[in-house]
Amino acid sequence: MSEIETFYQVMRRQGITRRSFLKYCSLTAAALGLGPTFAPQIANAMETKPRTPVVWLHGLECTCCSESFIRSAHPLVKDVVLSMISLDYDDTLMAAAGHHAEQALEDTIQKYKGEYILAVEGNPPLNEDGMFCIVGGKPFLDQLKHAAKDAKAIIAWGSCASWGCVQAARPNPTQAVPIHKVITDKPIIKVPGCPPIAEVMTGVITYMLTFGRLPELDRQGRPKMFYSQRIHDKCYRRPHFDAGQFVESWDDEGARKGHCLYKVGCKGPTTYNACSTVRWNEGTSFPIQAGHGCIGCSEDGFWDKGSFYDRLSNIPQFGIEQNADQIGTAVAGTVGAGIAAHAAVSAIKRAQHKGDQPA
Amino acid sequence: MTMAVNKPEPAKAQQDAPLQRKQTAVFVYEWPLRLWHWVTVFSVLILCVTGYFIGAPLPSMPGEAIDNYLMGYIRFAHFSAGYVLAVGFVGRIYWAFVGNSHARELFVVPLHKKAWWKEAWHEVRWYLFLERVPKKYIGHNPVGQAAMFFMFVLGNIFMIFTGFALYGEGLGMDSWADQAFGWLIPLMGQSQDVHTWHHLGMWYLIIFVMIHVYVAIREDIMSRQSLISTMIGGWRMFKDDRPD
Repeated sequence: MSEIETFYQVMRRQGITRRSFLKYCSLTAAALGLGPTFAPQIANAMETKPRTPVVWLHGLECTCCSESFIRSAHPLVKDVVLSMISLDYDDTLMAAAGHHAEQALEDTIQKYKGEYILAVEGNPPLNEDGMFCIVGGKPFLDQLKHAAKDAKAIIAWGSCASWGCVQAARPNPTQAVPIHKVITDKPIIKVPGCPPIAEVMTGVITYMLTFGRLPELDRQGRPKMFYSQRIHDKCYRRPHFDAGQFVESWDDEGARKGHCLYKVGCKGPTTYNACSTVRWNEGTSFPIQAGHGCIGCSEDGFWDKGSFYDRLSNIPQFGIEQNADQIGTAVAGTVGAGIAAHAAVSAIKRAQHKGDQPA
Repeated sequence: MTMAVNKPEPAKAQQDAPLQRKQTAVFVYEWPLRLWHWVTVFSVLILCVTGYFIGAPLPSMPGEAIDNYLMGYIRFAHFSAGYVLAVGFVGRIYWAFVGNSHARELFVVPLHKKAWWKEAWHEVRWYLFLERVPKKYIGHNPVGQAAMFFMFVLGNIFMIFTGFALYGEGLGMDSWADQAFGWLIPLMGQSQDVHTWHHLGMWYLIIFVMIHVYVAIREDIMSRQSLISTMIGGWRMFKDDRPD
């Protein structure tokens, strides 16, 4: 594999100074939650290891993951990682098209058998033999399976690949499924979000390329370093939640004062992501900071939980959607009425038979 | 379930009828069981009220955040009461093993016994005003026992499991609660779904409490044995000496 450049060589070729390179290493160490002692380790790995090729496939998706990725805050990350990827295969970003593009994918698969990382953006629809998503004249499902067969590891970019997202929302006419439903024999790293945060995406790739192994994953296959806490746990408005100070309606006094958005449907308390720490667009802001609740875009089935502006989820039953409290009050009311009626009848019966009951 | 009492063998009954000992009181509930009952009542009450206000918080507090901690106090009360309920429930399961036979009624419903179904049917008819005279029971009547198991015991287990799964989210990944109960979250979908189920579970228990309290009061008045005082003092008093 000596003909493959190292990361460092790629960076130098792109005109990046050694000083910037070392800065990037320490920044990456910090972003991955590693101590400063890991920076030289990262530098060493990037100087000596041949880069790992990455193949980036697109299924049913909106390309928001790619859009997010190319806006990564640290220009180095973007340039380096992105150029490495586009060298191999990414049908949205690569220069080649048509047969040349498909040939590039085939070449990469053959040349780096068992060595390349497969990054999947979007998901495959299963209905009608996968005809709802065609890439290069064939169902995306086929391309996905083909590319996954010889991959070392697979990254599920975004909520589409991880959970299904909007195309898998009820009633899911194309029967779109997250990629782990069709690829069951390979480790899959889920990087959910609609889209995921750019720094999270580059952080995950950098970790894998640098250390040659998967980051530590949680129960559902998400990297712990970015998805181990809820938005709520690190939200800067959390003190208002604990104090019991809420935005009651849009544009009220609480909204102006930046109170907690819990009552207007913020899904921060049930959403695992790094938005409240890493933030977006070079750390500028994130939805809650902008005054809007979190919609929970990195959670499974977030489209099907009712309004983004309600605290309690909708529970669909027989076409009528109600939340837990509405159902509970209705049933408790019915039971209460039943009890009252039963008590009344009991009292009448008792009064009727008072005389003839043997004591 | 306890079989209807005072059911001696027919031959013996005839012989001994004039000499039959008057049985007016039986000791049923030992003190740990009674203590557990009232601790549970107290915790469930706190859990329902605080839980409701976690899902639908009170109107906003005025002033600065630093001067207020209402939501914090409500959540603290909820978690503390949850711990008390869970520890109490574990103690209650322990007592089912070491306590008297009545302590096991909550957990073992003899659905395979024909006699149980027969008495359950009788009890249903009694509640539908089709039977004039109820049967006597030392422990739970079959319908009461079934409600205890399917509504309270299973409901309680569900709430303890989902409750600690959600609590583990706050404690953090790899905390004991996350290790022990966190697997429930992906099983039910995601965190929001567990919240919804936990919420529905509250209403399930509220409905149980409503029925439980009503029936206890009604039976205390209309049945042939004491109910409410039994859970305080432990003794079941019978209002008549007739068999069955």
